Amino acid sequence: MAHVEYMNRIRDYYLSQGYEKSYVWSHYEEVPFVPLKKPLSECQVTLFSTSDVSIKSAADEGPSEAETTVGNVYSIPWDTPLDKLYSRQESFDRYATSLDDINSYLPLTRLDEFAAEGRFAGRTANFHNINRGYSQRMMLEQAAPAALRKCRDEAADVVILTPV
Amino acid sequence: MSLVARHLEKHGYPTVIIGAARDIVEHCGVPRFVFTDFPLGSPCGEPFDVDMQHQIVGLALDLLETARAPRATLEVPIEWRAGEAWKDKVFTVEQPFLPPAVHERWMKRKEAYREQKAGGEA
Repeated sequence: MAHVEYMNRIRDYYLSQGYEKSYVWSHYEEVPFVPLKKPLSECQVTLFSTSDVSIKSAADEGPSEAETTVGNVYSIPWDTPLDKLYSRQESFDRYATSLDDINSYLPLTRLDEFAAEGRFAGRTANFHNINRGYSQRMMLEQAAPAALRKCRDEAADVVILTPV
Repeated sequence: MSLVARHLEKHGYPTVIIGAARDIVEHCGVPRFVFTDFPLGSPCGEPFDVDMQHQIVGLALDLLETARAPRATLEVPIEWRAGEAWKDKVFTVEQPFLPPAVHERWMKRKEAYREQKAGGEA
Protein backbone atom coordinates (compact mmCIF):
# COMPACT_ATOMS: atom_id res chain seq x y z
CA MET A 1 0.00 0.00 0.00
CA ALA A 2 1.23 3.50 -0.76
CA HIS A 3 2.44 5.67 2.09
CA VAL A 4 -0.01 7.94 3.93
CA GLU A 5 -0.42 11.41 2.41
CA TYR A 6 -0.36 13.18 5.75
CA MET A 7 -0.62 16.72 4.41
CA ASN A 8 -3.86 15.93 2.57
CA ARG A 9 -5.18 13.76 5.37
CA ILE A 10 -4.56 16.41 8.04
CA ARG A 11 -6.00 19.22 5.89
CA ASP A 12 -9.17 17.24 5.17
CA TYR A 13 -9.56 16.23 8.78
CA TYR A 14 -9.33 19.75 10.17
CA LEU A 15 -11.59 21.15 7.43
CA SER A 16 -14.16 18.54 8.47
CA GLN A 17 -13.86 19.80 12.05
CA GLY A 18 -14.70 23.37 11.08
CA TYR A 19 -11.20 24.85 10.91
CA GLU A 20 -11.09 27.22 7.97
CA LYS A 21 -7.39 27.92 7.53
CA SER A 22 -5.20 25.07 6.35
CA TYR A 23 -1.67 24.76 7.65
CA VAL A 24 0.97 25.72 5.12
CA TRP A 25 3.80 23.21 5.28
CA SER A 26 7.42 24.25 4.81
CA HIS A 27 8.63 23.89 1.25
CA TYR A 28 11.99 24.66 -0.34
CA GLU A 29 13.45 24.15 -3.79
CA GLU A 30 17.03 24.37 -2.58
CA VAL A 31 18.31 21.74 -0.17
CA PRO A 32 21.70 22.07 1.55
CA PHE A 33 24.12 19.15 1.45
CA VAL A 34 27.58 18.46 2.85
CA PRO A 35 29.39 15.14 2.46
CA LEU A 36 31.14 13.49 5.40
CA LYS A 37 34.44 15.23 6.06
CA LYS A 38 36.08 12.05 7.35
CA PRO A 39 35.20 8.35 7.54
CA LEU A 40 32.14 7.60 9.65
CA SER A 41 34.35 5.37 11.81
CA GLU A 42 36.11 8.56 12.95
CA CYS A 43 32.93 10.58 13.51
CA GLN A 44 31.19 11.62 16.70
CA VAL A 45 27.42 11.13 16.40
CA THR A 46 24.72 13.17 18.11
CA LEU A 47 20.98 12.61 18.26
CA PHE A 48 17.97 14.95 18.22
CA SER A 49 14.34 13.95 18.51
CA THR A 50 10.92 15.47 19.08
CA SER A 51 9.86 12.65 21.39
CA ASP A 52 9.72 14.99 24.42
CA VAL A 53 11.58 12.50 26.58
CA SER A 54 12.09 13.46 30.24
CA ILE A 55 13.71 11.91 33.28
CA LYS A 56 11.19 10.44 35.71
CA SER A 57 11.22 12.32 38.99
CA ALA A 58 10.42 10.70 42.30
CA ALA A 59 8.70 13.85 43.51
CA ASP A 60 6.36 13.86 40.53
CA GLU A 61 7.37 17.44 39.82
CA GLY A 62 6.44 17.33 36.18
CA PRO A 63 8.56 18.62 33.31
CA SER A 64 10.66 21.78 33.63
CA GLU A 65 10.04 25.00 31.74
CA ALA A 66 13.00 24.16 29.49
CA GLU A 67 11.24 20.94 28.55
CA THR A 68 7.94 22.57 27.70
CA THR A 69 8.83 25.93 26.13
CA VAL A 70 8.11 25.72 22.42
CA GLY A 71 11.20 26.26 20.27
CA ASN A 72 13.62 25.31 23.06
CA VAL A 73 16.19 22.52 22.73
CA TYR A 74 17.13 20.68 25.91
CA SER A 75 19.66 17.93 26.66
CA ILE A 76 19.67 14.77 28.73
CA PRO A 77 22.74 12.63 29.56
CA TRP A 78 22.88 9.75 27.07
CA ASP A 79 23.94 7.42 29.89
CA THR A 80 20.66 7.88 31.77
CA PRO A 81 19.22 4.39 32.41
CA LEU A 82 16.34 3.76 30.00
CA ASP A 83 13.96 2.87 32.80
CA LYS A 84 14.38 6.42 34.13
CA LEU A 85 13.22 7.94 30.84
CA TYR A 86 9.72 8.40 29.51
CA SER A 87 8.13 10.26 26.61
CA ARG A 88 5.59 13.04 27.19
CA GLN A 89 4.76 13.15 23.48
CA GLU A 90 1.04 12.85 22.79
CA SER A 91 1.17 13.37 19.06
CA PHE A 92 1.69 9.83 17.74
CA ASP A 93 -0.51 7.05 16.39
CA ARG A 94 -1.71 5.69 19.73
CA TYR A 95 -4.10 3.29 17.97
CA ALA A 96 -1.36 1.49 16.07
CA THR A 97 1.74 1.72 18.28
CA SER A 98 3.07 2.85 21.66
CA LEU A 99 5.94 4.90 23.04
CA ASP A 100 6.79 2.25 25.62
CA ASP A 101 10.12 1.33 24.02
CA ILE A 102 12.41 4.38 23.88
CA ASN A 103 14.60 2.75 21.22
CA SER A 104 11.79 2.63 18.70
CA TYR A 105 11.94 6.45 18.40
CA LEU A 106 15.10 7.49 20.28
CA PRO A 107 17.69 4.83 19.40
CA LEU A 108 20.10 5.40 22.30
CA THR A 109 20.96 1.74 22.89
CA ARG A 110 21.05 0.86 19.18
CA LEU A 111 23.54 3.69 18.55
CA ASP A 112 25.64 2.60 21.52
CA GLU A 113 25.80 -0.87 19.95
CA PHE A 114 27.02 0.57 16.65
CA ALA A 115 29.61 2.66 18.51
CA ALA A 116 30.83 -0.47 20.32
CA GLU A 117 31.12 -2.23 16.94
CA GLY A 118 33.26 0.67 15.70
CA ARG A 119 30.76 1.77 13.04
CA PHE A 120 31.44 5.35 14.26
CA ALA A 121 33.95 6.73 16.77
CA GLY A 122 31.56 7.62 19.56
CA ARG A 123 28.54 9.60 20.53
CA THR A 124 28.05 12.84 22.40
CA ALA A 125 27.57 12.91 26.18
CA ASN A 126 23.97 14.06 25.73
CA PHE A 127 21.05 13.55 23.40
CA HIS A 128 18.78 16.46 22.63
CA ASN A 129 15.09 17.21 22.35
CA ILE A 130 13.56 19.82 20.10
CA ASN A 131 10.34 21.23 21.52
CA ARG A 132 8.34 21.27 18.33
CA GLY A 133 5.81 23.95 17.54
CA TYR A 134 3.63 24.97 14.65
CA SER A 135 5.46 28.25 14.10
CA GLN A 136 8.03 27.66 11.38
CA ARG A 137 9.55 31.04 12.25
CA MET A 138 10.13 29.89 15.81
CA MET A 139 11.71 26.65 14.59
CA LEU A 140 13.99 28.59 12.23
CA GLU A 141 14.91 31.43 14.56
CA GLN A 142 15.10 29.61 17.88
CA ALA A 143 15.17 25.83 17.65
CA ALA A 144 17.55 25.53 14.69
CA PRO A 145 20.26 27.89 16.07
CA ALA A 146 19.88 26.24 19.50
CA ALA A 147 20.42 22.82 17.92
CA LEU A 148 23.51 24.13 16.12
CA ARG A 149 24.95 25.35 19.44
CA LYS A 150 24.44 21.85 20.89
CA CYS A 151 26.37 20.33 17.98
CA ARG A 152 29.24 22.78 18.47
CA ASP A 153 29.31 22.46 22.27
CA GLU A 154 29.49 18.67 22.06
CA ALA A 155 31.90 18.50 19.12
CA ALA A 156 29.52 16.41 17.05
CA ASP A 157 30.50 15.50 13.49
CA VAL A 158 27.24 14.00 12.20
CA VAL A 159 23.62 14.28 13.28
CA ILE A 160 20.74 11.80 13.42
CA LEU A 161 17.24 13.23 13.85
CA THR A 162 14.18 11.18 14.74
CA PRO A 163 10.85 13.02 14.49
CA VAL A 164 8.02 11.26 16.30
CA MET B 1 12.57 18.64 12.45
CA SER B 2 13.24 19.04 8.73
CA LEU B 3 13.94 22.75 9.24
CA VAL B 4 16.52 21.93 11.93
CA ALA B 5 18.20 19.31 9.74
CA ARG B 6 18.49 21.85 6.91
CA HIS B 7 19.99 24.45 9.26
CA LEU B 8 22.59 22.03 10.66
CA GLU B 9 23.54 20.84 7.18
CA LYS B 10 23.89 24.44 6.01
CA HIS B 11 26.40 24.94 8.82
CA GLY B 12 28.51 21.93 7.90
CA TYR B 13 26.97 19.01 9.79
CA PRO B 14 25.89 15.99 7.71
CA THR B 15 22.39 15.01 8.88
CA VAL B 16 20.03 12.10 8.40
CA ILE B 17 16.37 12.02 9.43
CA ILE B 18 14.69 8.71 10.32
CA GLY B 19 10.97 9.38 9.95
CA ALA B 20 7.55 8.14 8.95
CA ALA B 21 5.82 11.14 7.35
CA ARG B 22 7.36 10.90 3.92
CA ASP B 23 5.26 13.52 2.18
CA ILE B 24 5.91 16.17 4.84
CA VAL B 25 9.67 15.60 4.98
CA GLU B 26 10.11 15.45 1.21
CA HIS B 27 7.84 18.47 0.65
CA CYS B 28 10.15 20.47 2.91
CA GLY B 29 13.28 19.06 1.29
CA VAL B 30 16.05 17.56 3.43
CA PRO B 31 19.57 16.29 2.76
CA ARG B 32 19.11 12.61 3.77
CA PHE B 33 15.98 10.74 4.81
CA VAL B 34 15.41 7.15 5.89
CA PHE B 35 11.71 6.54 5.35
CA THR B 36 10.06 3.99 7.64
CA ASP B 37 6.51 3.31 6.45
CA PHE B 38 5.24 2.77 10.00
CA PRO B 39 2.66 4.49 12.22
CA LEU B 40 3.80 7.81 13.68
CA GLY B 41 5.76 7.07 16.85
CA SER B 42 7.99 4.18 15.75
CA PRO B 43 10.35 5.55 13.10
CA CYS B 44 13.30 3.45 14.32
CA GLY B 45 11.47 0.10 14.34
CA GLU B 46 8.68 -1.73 16.10
CA PRO B 47 8.74 -1.44 19.90
CA PHE B 48 10.97 -4.09 21.53
CA ASP B 49 12.16 -5.49 18.19
CA VAL B 50 15.89 -5.02 18.71
CA ASP B 51 16.95 -6.62 15.42
CA MET B 52 14.60 -4.47 13.38
CA GLN B 53 15.72 -1.31 15.16
CA HIS B 54 19.34 -2.27 14.56
CA GLN B 55 18.63 -2.71 10.87
CA ILE B 56 16.83 0.64 10.50
CA VAL B 57 19.42 2.65 12.43
CA GLY B 58 22.09 0.89 10.39
CA LEU B 59 20.43 2.11 7.19
CA ALA B 60 20.65 5.68 8.48
CA LEU B 61 24.37 5.24 9.12
CA ASP B 62 24.77 3.75 5.63
CA LEU B 63 22.98 6.73 4.09
CA LEU B 64 25.33 9.17 5.82
CA GLU B 65 28.15 7.46 3.95
CA THR B 66 26.57 6.76 0.60
CA ALA B 67 24.46 9.86 -0.21
CA ARG B 68 26.11 12.02 -2.84
CA ALA B 69 23.41 14.67 -3.27
CA PRO B 70 20.53 16.19 -1.26
CA ARG B 71 16.98 14.75 -1.17
CA ALA B 72 18.51 11.29 -0.73
CA THR B 73 15.63 9.08 0.43
CA LEU B 74 16.17 5.46 1.45
CA GLU B 75 13.01 3.43 2.03
CA VAL B 76 13.20 0.82 4.79
CA PRO B 77 12.36 -2.57 3.20
CA ILE B 78 10.24 -3.77 6.12
CA GLU B 79 6.46 -3.90 6.56
CA TRP B 80 4.60 -3.14 9.78
CA ARG B 81 3.96 -6.58 11.29
CA ALA B 82 0.26 -6.04 12.07
CA GLY B 83 -0.53 -5.08 8.49
CA GLU B 84 -1.48 -1.76 6.95
CA ALA B 85 -5.02 -1.18 8.24
CA TRP B 86 -3.69 1.69 10.35
CA LYS B 87 -3.12 3.66 7.15
CA ASP B 88 -6.84 3.83 6.38
CA LYS B 89 -7.69 5.16 9.80
CA VAL B 90 -5.02 7.67 10.75
CA PHE B 91 -6.33 11.28 10.85
CA THR B 92 -9.90 10.39 10.00
CA VAL B 93 -13.19 11.48 11.53
CA GLU B 94 -13.72 7.84 12.46
CA GLN B 95 -10.50 7.82 14.48
CA PRO B 96 -9.36 11.35 15.48
CA PHE B 97 -5.59 11.48 15.85
CA LEU B 98 -5.80 13.09 19.28
CA PRO B 99 -8.50 11.80 21.66
CA PRO B 100 -10.81 14.62 22.94
CA ALA B 101 -9.04 15.11 26.28
CA VAL B 102 -5.63 15.32 24.60
CA HIS B 103 -6.98 17.65 21.94
CA GLU B 104 -8.29 19.97 24.66
CA ARG B 105 -4.90 20.10 26.38
CA TRP B 106 -3.29 20.81 23.03
CA MET B 107 -5.70 23.70 22.35
CA LYS B 108 -4.96 25.16 25.80
CA ARG B 109 -1.23 25.01 25.14
CA LYS B 110 -1.76 26.68 21.80
CA GLU B 111 -3.77 29.45 23.45
CA ALA B 112 -1.10 29.93 26.14
CA TYR B 113 1.52 30.19 23.41
CA ARG B 114 -0.54 32.85 21.60
CA GLU B 115 -0.75 34.88 24.80
CA GLN B 116 2.98 34.47 25.38
CA LYS B 117 3.57 35.78 21.87
CA ALA B 118 1.13 38.67 22.25
CA GLY B 119 2.94 39.65 25.45
CA GLY B 120 6.20 39.87 23.52
CA GLU B 121 7.79 37.04 25.44
CA ALA B 122 7.96 34.56 22.64
